Amino acid sequence: MAILEVTDVNKRFGGLRALHHLNLQVEEGTTHAIIGPNGAGKSTLLNCFVGRLIPETGSVTFDGASLLGQKPHQINQLGVSRVFQTPEIFEDLTVLENVMIPAFAKADGAFRINAWQRMESRADICDEAKHILEEMGLVEQGAVLSSTLSRGDKRRLELAMCLIQHPKLLLLDEPTAGMSRADTNNTIELLKRISERGITKIIIEHDMHVVFSLADRISVLAQGTVIAEGTPDEIKGDPKVIEAYLGGELG
Amino acid sequence: MFGTSSRADWLLLIAFSAFVLAAPVILKPFGAAYPDLLQKFAIYGIFAIGFNILFGLTGYLSFGHAAFLGVGSYASVWMFKLFTMNVIPAVLFSIVIAGLFALMIGFVSLRRSGIYFSILTLAFAQMSYNLAYSVLTPITNGETGLQVRQLVPADRAADYVFVLRDEDLRWVDQALGVVEEGIPITNLFGMKMSGYPGFYFCAVLLIICFFIAMRISRSNFGMVLKAIKSNQNRLSYTGVNTRPYLLTAFVISGMYAGLAGALLAVTDPLAGAERMQWTASGEVVLMTILGGAGTLLGPVLGAGIIKYFENIFSSINDTVLENVFSFLPTTLQDMSVAVTGMFVGEGWHLTLGLMFMIIVIFLPGGLMQGLTHLLGSFKRKFSNTAASTDSPG
Repeated sequence: MAILEVTDVNKRFGGLRALHHLNLQVEEGTTHAIIGPNGAGKSTLLNCFVGRLIPETGSVTFDGASLLGQKPHQINQLGVSRVFQTPEIFEDLTVLENVMIPAFAKADGAFRINAWQRMESRADICDEAKHILEEMGLVEQGAVLSSTLSRGDKRRLELAMCLIQHPKLLLLDEPTAGMSRADTNNTIELLKRISERGITKIIIEHDMHVVFSLADRISVLAQGTVIAEGTPDEIKGDPKVIEAYLGGELG
Repeated sequence: MFGTSSRADWLLLIAFSAFVLAAPVILKPFGAAYPDLLQKFAIYGIFAIGFNILFGLTGYLSFGHAAFLGVGSYASVWMFKLFTMNVIPAVLFSIVIAGLFALMIGFVSLRRSGIYFSILTLAFAQMSYNLAYSVLTPITNGETGLQVRQLVPADRAADYVFVLRDEDLRWVDQALGVVEEGIPITNLFGMKMSGYPGFYFCAVLLIICFFIAMRISRSNFGMVLKAIKSNQNRLSYTGVNTRPYLLTAFVISGMYAGLAGALLAVTDPLAGAERMQWTASGEVVLMTILGGAGTLLGPVLGAGIIKYFENIFSSINDTVLENVFSFLPTTLQDMSVAVTGMFVGEGWHLTLGLMFMIIVIFLPGGLMQGLTHLLGSFKRKFSNTAASTDSPG
């Protein structure tokens, strides 16, 4: 069953056609990679999923509910978490506080004033936070300011912040951008472990090594539309994909 | 794993309370132990703690908080004029009115962030200030300011509804048969709210306000406010609707300012529009940054220092300086008086400005940052010596 359905989406920026009659279906429980050359519309598409952009026409439906016109926090409350290209964390707070905030947002909703209760007196949330930090190998840095973490640890922290919310859909925007080979491989291992939880994932990625290691299905975007879709093996041999990446003249 | 334990917080609260209640004794050597100044310390301490809930936690810099201070003062004086000289209704009414006012201004201003938010709050405060001098004179009594007056003679009481510039009604006090001779003084169930009783009333409220601010900053609500300052974008993608959190923080800090305004009227029953001027809004920003934005004690410390300078440094004049330098030969004495004279008396702003610059440049976290560093290095030194004596050989 498709958990995310994108139907006939169009988006223009001035004269530029960023998304053009785009259709996409993401099956529940799969890891779906979206690849394509620069300017193909990958980030625009992602921003339509999270409420930052609203397409001119078409529909984006998640788990039976339309995402169009919803604010980022509402979409998150529906069960969509995202990881940014450069890890976005609360740099002025400790690692533990960083994972407790999303846990509170999941448990208490988008707005609730509990100004009188000490944070650590919520045992359920504390346990969950410590558990996720153990799983991510960050438990020793719990009391450390998150700005002092290494880039790889920041990425793991950001993933922990998403996973503590038990999302139905996890969006990963170039999770290995700018990483060394070793860090990239660590991230791949981490994401493979997450796959065991059955969370649906959408990965936007340039690095084919990452894509072919993780993806169950791949959609190839070029000039704002899906030009090919299939399993990694099907995509590898597709002449249209090679043309899109290497340019028409060579094909 | 948490920055502070609940036990450490209780110790801090007890130490803070002890210091505040013993302030008349502790501040005596500094020449600051007279009730008028002590009241100001406590009142502006409350103002700065409240301001810090908005600015220190969320990072939203309001440049119009003096408006809530002014509104609180006017609301209190009206309670004195219309109902009773007892301070409890006045204080409660001021907090409510300032809260409603903050709700309106915050609702509009929080549609923007950064410098635009600051400018919007500044615009609202200046608007209130100018309105108080013009259109709203029936409520504010314009330049003269709103004051507590003598009672209206009973035979003319019916003529008055809201035109009460020169005479008051005080329905509740009249119904209770309180006898007034001349212009009455504010009281707490009969206890006069001037001098030291007035200070202790403010001091108790300061301790309560400090406790509330402490609870807020240790709660999830406070943590969300800190996260807004840290990374608002991430917070909205984490499922938190930031706007109502910001508005709540804005209203709470407006209520703190309203309480401070009420206490200004309690200790001196008079309200003037100059309390709402932008310089007054700027002063609370200085207090918070000077002491340490985002810390619990910093704002109170900053408020104390600024009010101390304003009252003590500004009262030092050339005669005092001549006495200080009297041991020097006449030429040197004159020179010393001329140089130091620039920094005291009228020139106390210069001292404050220099101090502010030095602190912002070298201690961006305010005086509290300096104190924490000092304490930290003491602790390290102590543990180092302890470790070296412990080690065998």
